[in-house]
Amino acid sequence: MTRSPLCWVIGLVLGLNPFPLHADSVTADLSSHAIAISTGFTGASVVLFGATDGPADIIAVIRGPDHEQTVWRKGKVAGLWTNAESVTFANVPSFYLVAASRPLEEIVSTPEAVLHRIGVTNLKFEPKGAVTPERARVFADALIEVQKRAGVFSPSHVKISFLGDRLFRTTFTLPANTPTGTYLVEVFLLRDKDVVGGQTTPLIVSRVGVDAAVFDFAQQRAIVYGAIAVLMAVMAGWLASLPFRNA
Amino acid sequence: MCRHRPVPLGGDFDDSAQGQNFPIMDVYLPIAEVSLDIFVLLGLGAAVGFLSGVFGVGGGFLLTPLLILIGVPAPVAVASSANQLVGASVSGVLAHWRRGNVDFKMGFILLVGGLAGSFLGVWLFTIFARLGQIELVISLCYVVLLGTLGFLMGIESVRAMLRQRKPGAARRKLHRHTWLHGLPLKTRFRKSQLYISALLPVGLGFLVGVLSAIMGIGGGFIMVPAMIYMLGMPTSMVPGTSLLQIIFVAANVTMLQAYTNRTVDAVLALVLLVGGVIGAQFGTRFGMRLRGEQLRFLLALLVLAVAAQLAHDLTIRPKTLFVIPLDYRG
Repeated sequence: MTRSPLCWVIGLVLGLNPFPLHADSVTADLSSHAIAISTGFTGASVVLFGATDGPADIIAVIRGPDHEQTVWRKGKVAGLWTNAESVTFANVPSFYLVAASRPLEEIVSTPEAVLHRIGVTNLKFEPKGAVTPERARVFADALIEVQKRAGVFSPSHVKISFLGDRLFRTTFTLPANTPTGTYLVEVFLLRDKDVVGGQTTPLIVSRVGVDAAVFDFAQQRAIVYGAIAVLMAVMAGWLASLPFRNA
Repeated sequence: MCRHRPVPLGGDFDDSAQGQNFPIMDVYLPIAEVSLDIFVLLGLGAAVGFLSGVFGVGGGFLLTPLLILIGVPAPVAVASSANQLVGASVSGVLAHWRRGNVDFKMGFILLVGGLAGSFLGVWLFTIFARLGQIELVISLCYVVLLGTLGFLMGIESVRAMLRQRKPGAARRKLHRHTWLHGLPLKTRFRKSQLYISALLPVGLGFLVGVLSAIMGIGGGFIMVPAMIYMLGMPTSMVPGTSLLQIIFVAANVTMLQAYTNRTVDAVLALVLLVGGVIGAQFGTRFGMRLRGEQLRFLLALLVLAVAAQLAHDLTIRPKTLFVIPLDYRG
């Protein structure tokens, strides 16, 4: 399922590799770089595997593309529960999952986790407009909580297992409601709670087949799509009444 | 526009469906971006189609909440229901038309008001959505309208049934004159045996058009009682004529939703239709066996039940205080 955006992203990622060349090395890859959502898609499993240059810990962060997200807080107004107040964040990943060889607090220091945005609590959402930091925190926590329940933020880390000292692998699951877009899989190599190396690889989640065609058509030719939808409904209604005509 | 991710319900539904014995065949809905069991969707379509055939209401006020319940994002549920209503109504109108129970003149005059009203309604919808209050507005509209109509219809139909039990009781006056009959532009509706001002159906259509765009429904449940009590149409003419105007209002809503919000899921609508159009045919037959007041009593109960549920949801503390509407065009 090679697509031109894939090549583009690989080039971009290699060109912007944030890790210096002299760092300790880790090599990792995915069993698949493209997840195709088609009719009957109920989720997909992806294997992440790789090797280190010696005993170390590994953390992998899988992030969906960032987008703007509004969180509403319900409140009671005149006896009715309604959306009372909201905060909009500018950079919220549509999907976020962490895999680690051991519990995060045992293998990464807090400054490193904050720097590399490892763990949902270290995702720095930027509120839009004038919002007090406390208020932003409350809404950001709520956002994380809602996304966890929706299955797009992982509630806890996925286990990465080592085979011997150097080979590691893990399997993570993308749920049926996986958002589409270009994901980044960041693999961090850790020693003494510091990030000493890493690698970034893309993962593309896209619609394929008839569904993709329908979706693209609905986006790009909205009026024609609407007209076809209406005509189709009229035809279906007429056809269905035929067998009952003489009854 | 924004949608609310159906967080707890979607997951629960999947689990319960897996545990049952009927065959599971998931179908991926390209606009809703979820996979749902095709048999659940077909059954839902058939059940709502049956009701639409019996009562001459589109059934959108039941279909939309049920779709949201099984995991379809709210804006997609609203828009795709409108799409399926087009087909279900065509099927229903044809069934009634063969029995001569459609007043085309009345239907098209209602429609003139209806189309104008739906444009105003879509404009209001956009404003409330921007303020984050569209869900509250929708719920309140449902509670107030369904509550009032259900209550009035229930009382009237019980009275009518009691009157029939007592032979010799005074018959209702055939025609009562009110200020409504003093309006200009008097028009004769031969099918409905009425001679009333054309402003009445235009105004009624306009009101229903506004409400149906805001609430994402065909508006049959408002239209049917209003045609019986406000216009004084014969009950037999009401379902077919109501469905006739629902076809066009629903088609208009489908087009507007497809253009402004890109939320019409044609695959979902088609699956619902396959179940729905067949259900509507059986519903129409079933409805003809019931007497008018029985029909109205049943509809009143249904309408009151939905209103009570929605009122309950508005006043109890929600399970989750925080919600995330997604920008659909993100």
